[in-house]
Amino acid sequence: MTDRVFLCRCEDVTLSEIDHAIDEDLTSVEEIKRYTGLGTGPCQGRECIGPLACLLVRRGLADPSTIQPFTARPPAEPVTFGALAGTQPPFFADSSADWTVHRDPDTAAEEPDP
Amino acid sequence: MSLGSPSTPLPEAVDIAIVGGGVMGLGLAYHLAKIGKTAKRGSERPSIAVLEGSYLVSGASGRNGGGLRMQWADAGNVALMMESIDLCRGLAQELGINLWFRQGGYLFIARSEAASERLYRNAELHRDVGAPTRLLSPAEALAVVPHLDPSMVQVATFNPDDGVVFPWPFVWGYAAQAIRRGVLVRTHTRVDKLELTGEGYTLRLSTGERLRAARVVNATGAWSNELHRELGISLPNRPHRHEILSSEPLRPFLDPLVVDLDSGLYFSQSTRGELVTGISLPDLAGYDDESLSMHSSLRFLSVLSARLTALMPITRSLKILRQWSGLYDVSPDGDAYVGSTPGHPNLVQLCGFTGHGFMMAPAVTGLVARWLLCGESHPMLSRWDPVRSQHPPGRRREDMIIG
Repeated sequence: MTDRVFLCRCEDVTLSEIDHAIDEDLTSVEEIKRYTGLGTGPCQGRECIGPLACLLVRRGLADPSTIQPFTARPPAEPVTFGALAGTQPPFFADSSADWTVHRDPDTAAEEPDP
Repeated sequence: MSLGSPSTPLPEAVDIAIVGGGVMGLGLAYHLAKIGKTAKRGSERPSIAVLEGSYLVSGASGRNGGGLRMQWADAGNVALMMESIDLCRGLAQELGINLWFRQGGYLFIARSEAASERLYRNAELHRDVGAPTRLLSPAEALAVVPHLDPSMVQVATFNPDDGVVFPWPFVWGYAAQAIRRGVLVRTHTRVDKLELTGEGYTLRLSTGERLRAARVVNATGAWSNELHRELGISLPNRPHRHEILSSEPLRPFLDPLVVDLDSGLYFSQSTRGELVTGISLPDLAGYDDESLSMHSSLRFLSVLSARLTALMPITRSLKILRQWSGLYDVSPDGDAYVGSTPGHPNLVQLCGFTGHGFMMAPAVTGLVARWLLCGESHPMLSRWDPVRSQHPPGRRREDMIIG
């Protein structure tokens, strides 16, 4: 057993690392993300952003009526390169350029994980 | 200890005010403070403040791919990057921070005649300058990255000393060491206006405060023309949005950063395991990419995915976790603007790095600090002199601007 408390399980960011960031005067969500890596793993902050917000509010470092999560980054859910490679870029002005390399995206699912 | 704060107290006046809390501004502050400390007895240590409108690393310094390479097409850039990479070797210890610096090399590949020709030319140039770049046959390139589609490679160059870092800790490291040496770092405070006051400037801040500075350094990258616009200064560098993405993390499988010269695609595996990748996208007609907007597009995902899966088919089943964008600060001739602004000797530009400022910063910030405090010259400083902005732009010497 360990006494370590993890706020971000994707990137193994512990409560003591958050404390350390706050000790360095980094008290906003965006700053803490960039100092600790919190929220940059597979769940993209879905699990850790709430506890972090609560912690900042509880310590009087953020106002619950104005605190915002860090900028949401597309895609909303992880998507394979294979699935996107088969799509025609939307609103594509230069239709003469052949960007897509024709492959059947369905075959991608049969590939073993690299 | 603080890493910069909105409540850092500022004096009425400083010797040098650096605007912009990215790798250039903080790296310069660190070197100025370091040189100032060891300066001869009798000379005063310069007082230095860094002003950042948002949080540190909020601009391009926190949004780039973290690549550092010697493989450029111009001898001056090759030599500068040899120095920068050499400095990075000792920088983790010097800054007391894990930079996640990994020298897995850069592998440039080419298919077309034109792109192959550029690699032949580069390999010859690099040999003359002393960079350890090697020309590789397709078979040798595949030995370095076995997952490449062999039909996509005609010729390649490989430099084992090129590498990648994780940009965030790199910048925090400079900030911490600058602050430790007495630099004041004020965040979340914009410079709304620069006013000429005697030989120096008064900075009007978004907090209502005023700060006087004998010299001002403009290290605001893509935002640099906004800072001095009201002084009637306009330099020809322009912001340009570039996109990038990272994948889910994988066990280490890819040593070098790979650049496909024909498509402008690049990808590397970060020390955290993610594939970090971007591509040169032509501007859409009638669409303003100089707007300072930092949005993301599906077009980028589609084009990049088509190119990446064609070049390295095993990536088809790899998942994209997130995409973001950042702003290049592009000059017409591809060279930075570093030095006194025409007509404003005490307003120093440190911008226009055209997408390669991050990798050059370790060398650049040191040489600019030595120029500011000791008057030391450097061949790149004459080349980067902003005075050339008053003449029609020269031919672009550098054609290896990627992403």
